Amino acid sequence: MGAGHAHKLYKHGHSPVHALPAHCKLAAVFCFVLLVVATPREAVWAFGAYTLLLAAVAAVSRVPPRHLLTRMAIEVPFVAFAVLLPFVAEGERITVWGLTLSESGLWGAFNVLAKGTLGVAASVLLASTTRLDELLLGLARLRMPPLLCQIATFMVRYADVISEEMRRMRTARLSRGFEARGPRHWGVLAKSAGSLFIRSYERGERVHLAMLSRGYTGTMPPALGDGPAGRAEWARSAALPLTALAICLLGWTL
Amino acid sequence: MDPLTSTADNPGTARTPGTADPAPGAAEVPSLQVSGLAYAYPDGHQALFGVDLTVPRGQRVALLGPNGAGKTTLVLHLNGILTPGAGSVTVAGLKAGRPHLAEIRRRVGIVFQDPDDQLFMPTVREDVAFGPAAAGLRGAELEARVHEALERVGMAEHADRAPHHLSFGQRRRVAVATVLAGRPEILVLDEPSSNLDPAARRELADLILSLELTVLMVTHDLPYALELCPRSVVLSDGVLVADGPTQELLSDVELMRAHRLELPFGFDPRSVTVPVA
Repeated sequence: MGAGHAHKLYKHGHSPVHALPAHCKLAAVFCFVLLVVATPREAVWAFGAYTLLLAAVAAVSRVPPRHLLTRMAIEVPFVAFAVLLPFVAEGERITVWGLTLSESGLWGAFNVLAKGTLGVAASVLLASTTRLDELLLGLARLRMPPLLCQIATFMVRYADVISEEMRRMRTARLSRGFEARGPRHWGVLAKSAGSLFIRSYERGERVHLAMLSRGYTGTMPPALGDGPAGRAEWARSAALPLTALAICLLGWTL
Repeated sequence: MDPLTSTADNPGTARTPGTADPAPGAAEVPSLQVSGLAYAYPDGHQALFGVDLTVPRGQRVALLGPNGAGKTTLVLHLNGILTPGAGSVTVAGLKAGRPHLAEIRRRVGIVFQDPDDQLFMPTVREDVAFGPAAAGLRGAELEARVHEALERVGMAEHADRAPHHLSFGQRRRVAVATVLAGRPEILVLDEPSSNLDPAARRELADLILSLELTVLMVTHDLPYALELCPRSVVLSDGVLVADGPTQELLSDVELMRAHRLELPFGFDPRSVTVPVA
């Protein structure tokens, strides 16, 4: 289960990219992704330019390319859909390597693949240079609804606890000679999932009790740490989306 | 307005009465006074039948009793999580209840049994800051408060770590820091020694002794109670059945047997020297 390893995305470092405040980076990546999506798919060169741009940021961040590329594998399941497009889409057919493909489907597939990959690359780069708790802080600073922030914070905190609990339950099952071999055993797994839910729910109640005991009244106190970002930090973060804006505009006009 | 700033100029001790205390002669007021406390759960099960308990400032008291005696129910009354069916709870002269629930919860620092329930923020620092921040402390003052609390439990260098990356003993010490950060009047520990290895258990004992705070300790670990608390009370079936020096209570074979309290094999409470009440 990957939930407990979410923090494995982060690559500790002291580069200028690591040093930027999380909310600046979040805003920059968000704008970058919007601009990439807004670029016309026919401007093939623009996607090359975006790739170079991200590569430049990655170089500055000194995150090893291998670290980034392996983590981009998360995209693979989503690519399956893009690969199907040329076969199933309507429109003019062309022949490539003996296969009859739809031309608009090919463009569609390229569109999904290029934009998706750039989006994933930018997100992986963000996650590799920003700690999870900083990301949550950043989201809060960007005025994400507090309730969503709280839910995300608790998810991050308790993912490990719950996956550890799940692992213990699995060990307990195995120790008593149980191994799920087929549909006949699904009932046991379902019951385990159910009791894991109940345990988590009860833990939730205990956590709520502990929060009340420490003065929780429904809103989280504002976060610790450095205050709002300075102009220089915003300017540095803006380098990525501004360059992307130029590329996007050129993509529309050229 | 901020109840916490009243003691801000007294680092290192949480016993100085805040300005919120009712009378200038607050040194006379006990840290905790429970009188005639009775409570029945909504399902009709009565857990407490008129409990009276007074804990003077600075005293460490062990709350002993078998499972299901009502210990947790009593503890949850101390900071107003549960509202008494009858009787009252007073913390340093302030009655627990609606109008000043926030101040009561700051005064009564409860350390729950499972640190994973207590530590719910992504980093140790944020977790320790939670209580004081909820009470309105901000900025450098908040940072100083967090540092001070972590320093007292010897965990200052772990401030930026995630709670789930700490050892169990470290997590329990951080859990103590989370309530120390509120400068409580009384520290309530629920089974503090459970799941600790002997070294972590001793380190926690050293820590509790170093705090010089009023302590109410709920425990099944009788040698631990003897080591840390000069006085013990026994809660059984919702009533306080005994109250006295820990060594005396633990040596009373009849009392112990009647309330399902058992010493570890080979342990003789009369064979050790204990702190005096």
